[in-house]
Amino acid sequence: MALAFDEYGRPFIILKEQDQKTRLRGIDAQKANISAGKAVARILRTSLGPKGMDKILQSPDGDVTITNDGATILEQMDVDNQIAKLMVELSRSQDYEIGDGTTGVVVMAGALLEQAERLLERGIHPIRIAEGYEMASRIAVEHLEHISQKFDFGTTNIEPLVQTCMTTLSSKIVNRCKRHLAEISVKAVLSVADLERKDVNLDMIKVEGKVGGKLEDTELIYGITVDKDMSHPQMPKQIEDAKIAILTCPFEPPKPKTKHKVDIDTVEKFQTLRLQEQKYFDDMVQKCKDVGATLVICQWGFDDEANHLLMHRNLPAVRWVGGVELELIAIATGGRIVPRFQELTPEKLGRAGLVREKSFGTTKDKMLYIEHCANSRAVTIFIRGGNKMMIEETKRSIHDALCVARNLIRNNSIVYGGGSAEISCSIAVEAAADKYPGVEQYAIRAFADALDSVPMALAENSGLQPIETLSAVKSQQIKENNPHNGIDCNDVGTNDMRQQDVFETLIGKQQQILLATQVVKMILKIDDVISPSDY
Amino acid sequence: MAIEKIFKDDATEEKGERARMSSFVGAIAITDLVKTTLGPKGMDKILQSTGRGHGVTVTNDGATILKSLHIDNPAAKVLIDISKVQDDEVGDGTTSVVVLAGELLREAEKLVASKIHPMTIISGYRMAAECARNALLQRVVDNKENAEKFKSDLMKIAKTTLSSKILSQDKEHFAQLAVEAVMRLKGSTNLEAIQIIKKPGGSLKDSFLDEGFILDKKIGLGQPKRIENAKILVANTAMDTDKVKIYGARVRVDSMSKVAEIEGAEKEKMREKVQKIIAHGINCFVNRQLIYNFPEELFADAGILAIEHADFDGIERLALVTGGEIASTFDNPESVKIGHCKLIEEIMIGEDKLIHFSGVEMGQACTIVLRGASHHVLDEAERSLHDALCVLSQTVNDTRVLLGGGWPEMVMAKEVDELARKTPGKKSHAIEAFSRALVAIPTIIADNAGLDSADLVAQLRAAHHTEGCNAGIDVISGSVGDMAELGISESFKVKQAVLLSATEAAEMILRVDEIITCAPRQREDRM
Repeated sequence: MALAFDEYGRPFIILKEQDQKTRLRGIDAQKANISAGKAVARILRTSLGPKGMDKILQSPDGDVTITNDGATILEQMDVDNQIAKLMVELSRSQDYEIGDGTTGVVVMAGALLEQAERLLERGIHPIRIAEGYEMASRIAVEHLEHISQKFDFGTTNIEPLVQTCMTTLSSKIVNRCKRHLAEISVKAVLSVADLERKDVNLDMIKVEGKVGGKLEDTELIYGITVDKDMSHPQMPKQIEDAKIAILTCPFEPPKPKTKHKVDIDTVEKFQTLRLQEQKYFDDMVQKCKDVGATLVICQWGFDDEANHLLMHRNLPAVRWVGGVELELIAIATGGRIVPRFQELTPEKLGRAGLVREKSFGTTKDKMLYIEHCANSRAVTIFIRGGNKMMIEETKRSIHDALCVARNLIRNNSIVYGGGSAEISCSIAVEAAADKYPGVEQYAIRAFADALDSVPMALAENSGLQPIETLSAVKSQQIKENNPHNGIDCNDVGTNDMRQQDVFETLIGKQQQILLATQVVKMILKIDDVISPSDY
Repeated sequence: MAIEKIFKDDATEEKGERARMSSFVGAIAITDLVKTTLGPKGMDKILQSTGRGHGVTVTNDGATILKSLHIDNPAAKVLIDISKVQDDEVGDGTTSVVVLAGELLREAEKLVASKIHPMTIISGYRMAAECARNALLQRVVDNKENAEKFKSDLMKIAKTTLSSKILSQDKEHFAQLAVEAVMRLKGSTNLEAIQIIKKPGGSLKDSFLDEGFILDKKIGLGQPKRIENAKILVANTAMDTDKVKIYGARVRVDSMSKVAEIEGAEKEKMREKVQKIIAHGINCFVNRQLIYNFPEELFADAGILAIEHADFDGIERLALVTGGEIASTFDNPESVKIGHCKLIEEIMIGEDKLIHFSGVEMGQACTIVLRGASHHVLDEAERSLHDALCVLSQTVNDTRVLLGGGWPEMVMAKEVDELARKTPGKKSHAIEAFSRALVAIPTIIADNAGLDSADLVAQLRAAHHTEGCNAGIDVISGSVGDMAELGISESFKVKQAVLLSATEAAEMILRVDEIITCAPRQREDRM
């Protein structure tokens, strides 16, 4: 690293341990950053679209994940480069905000960076490029609004929602039964959605998976499943019209928090203590029984004696239920979580129409289904599949579909997929570019080119001639003035995405463009990278 | 400016063709490994563990072999996973599923080499799998209505399953055992109720099914060795020193005499507990936890048979068979359900004494006692029997049955071939490949039996062109035979699971075009 010297020839030390750090500055730094960003985008590029490929990711512990979900790939990739980490963040924020389009956003950012590199070589200042991108992204977002369509759906007409979810699912491995899964997702979202406030609490949808069976056996349960069984093997396996006491206190003698000792020094004390203990167990069970509970769900364990007493009084019980599940049960059954036996009252009991234990396969796997709850707003999607990786991937896919359905309920505008929206934006941005005087014009044009890269990747992944297909579709769009023409990935025979029923959400698309532009701007503004050298 | 490293330290990345190659190679290697165990003349493998003692397992159960392997290749892990799932779900066909998935990938590799896109292959495979399943559905036999026939179906299935295992010598005997055991379950798939006890010594032929329940325990000293019309209390309670459970309680005394007093009180407490138990009017007491000498003595005095430290499964089963409940408190003798059985006696198997409960109330449970020359033989016998029991219990629920001996594969292959001819486009290549992969299974069975597979499979294929043909490979005589006459059957559920999981796994591996491997976490060397 270049050192500065004073008039006596002594070096100025500006950074701590300066000579041990590597430093990149100016155009070199920008180029290095861009190439790192591009490298990440290149990895994801092949996963885009319905014919996108999957990646195998092997974790440090040797566990294998197979996925084509952009956010998951990047998260597990174990990335070291700082700029690459920014791209990972980018995909993650798309995941949090929208839930879908995590691959697309990274591909988009990669394309923007690639274009920026060319402009840099021409000697355009990075900030000017960034500003041009900013303007272009505004144009694109407005144009999206312009070409978007609103569609109506209600609790009875869920078809449009199902179609959109199917578009999302078609790029995943589960596309074999996308219709089935899309319907499940939409039903799940609708049953927890608050259509008045246009809000969906996805926490109310639990996605559970169990290995075995086939994907088609995946089902939506209007209720909760808990991966637990009854505490005593001889308790009834099915309870109708259950009144559920939800407890967070163990069926054990209390353990006061303050330090204390109970000293036994006479036989009498020993005996009273014993009686008290017996009475204690008896009381606990009796209290549950008194309020009319027919099922006890407890966060903690039971003492053997308590367990038998429960069994004896014909009060089925479930123990060691996790905190999150307990909350869900409470929400679903309309019960209250009770921390002490003294506070049990009949009003605090939850209600469920049917609670049953179900066993799977040849191993002793049992699950508890709590169905027909008082408050049917909590639902569970129960996934079956050939192997563990399949289930994990299905979970991720369902999550994406759920997010899409939620976004549509929040904002029912859609744009057409298959790259049609990007192509249309690209045309609009290209046309608008000429109106801007100054260097930004070049940046805006570059932005339009970058937008083309998404449909290009789609075509490439589908085994079509990318340049040929793209230019054909583009000219078609201009000729017919139809912004719904896209890439025909599935070889259906038409380019009109309206006929193919390929939708995406408007906010998802807008967010993709905005987020990608933001990150690219941030990367372009960096002109100095100081990193500690490896030791 | 060179691209900087984006991954951490030693993470590696394999792309495109290389990634696909590595997963194909991994999957095919696994397939070749287990391939030789397929079929009635399949060979066994010795597995030596790296753990202490280098324990040896001899097996030909696909799931067991794969479970014990330490694999680094991610695609191979997918195959191991499907075999495990097959084991959990239906219990049998663990080798077939891996072999079929491997063959599908082997065919796919050729197609990829001839420049067909993996996605096209996948969609072809999907169509083929659906078609194959439908072909099977059309040919299933369902004898649910006819109990007599159904039982013979079960016998056939059990024999077919066992014939590829170590038990094949006595398959008649063991098939009988397995079918009887499963019939007792009356449709439940809870195999817990069937207990398998392994005792080295004797020969496999000496194994037997006992209608009662055998507990691998000894009877306490000085207690009756034989009880007729036993009333049994099954309990899970502390019979050592009954601890005070109130937290923080402790005994603090200031003189020796006080110690003695407390001790006396404790003893008194235990005596009371025992009295309460005796008050149930029982003559046999089985506890999950320890019984100390003192209460044991009390029980002996009362003429009650006390069995201590029965493990948890044993307790649950015993409760199940005798119809009693597992009790932990003893204050209300009138409402505790007590188990009954006609006779409890101590029996000898080999050199060991066991407790035998016979004439139990609920006929559901039973015990199979396995005898054999060594532990290895017994372990393998248990695994084989487990497979048979699993398949049978699944068949009881889903009564559809197919013929065996490569017959279902040939039926599927024929239908799939026909589909290929009707399908336009590149997919038809994939569909054809699917049919070739299906035919690979009878080929391997024949190869393993040392037969001329090319000739046999060709004969088989020709035979299948007549409608309603029952031809399959008769490994014993080494020719094509009528499977219906030979009585070789398989469960539809198993075949379907094999078909679907194998296709799913192959699809999953085919879709991959990039492998990113993180650096393995550094571990301290334990060796």
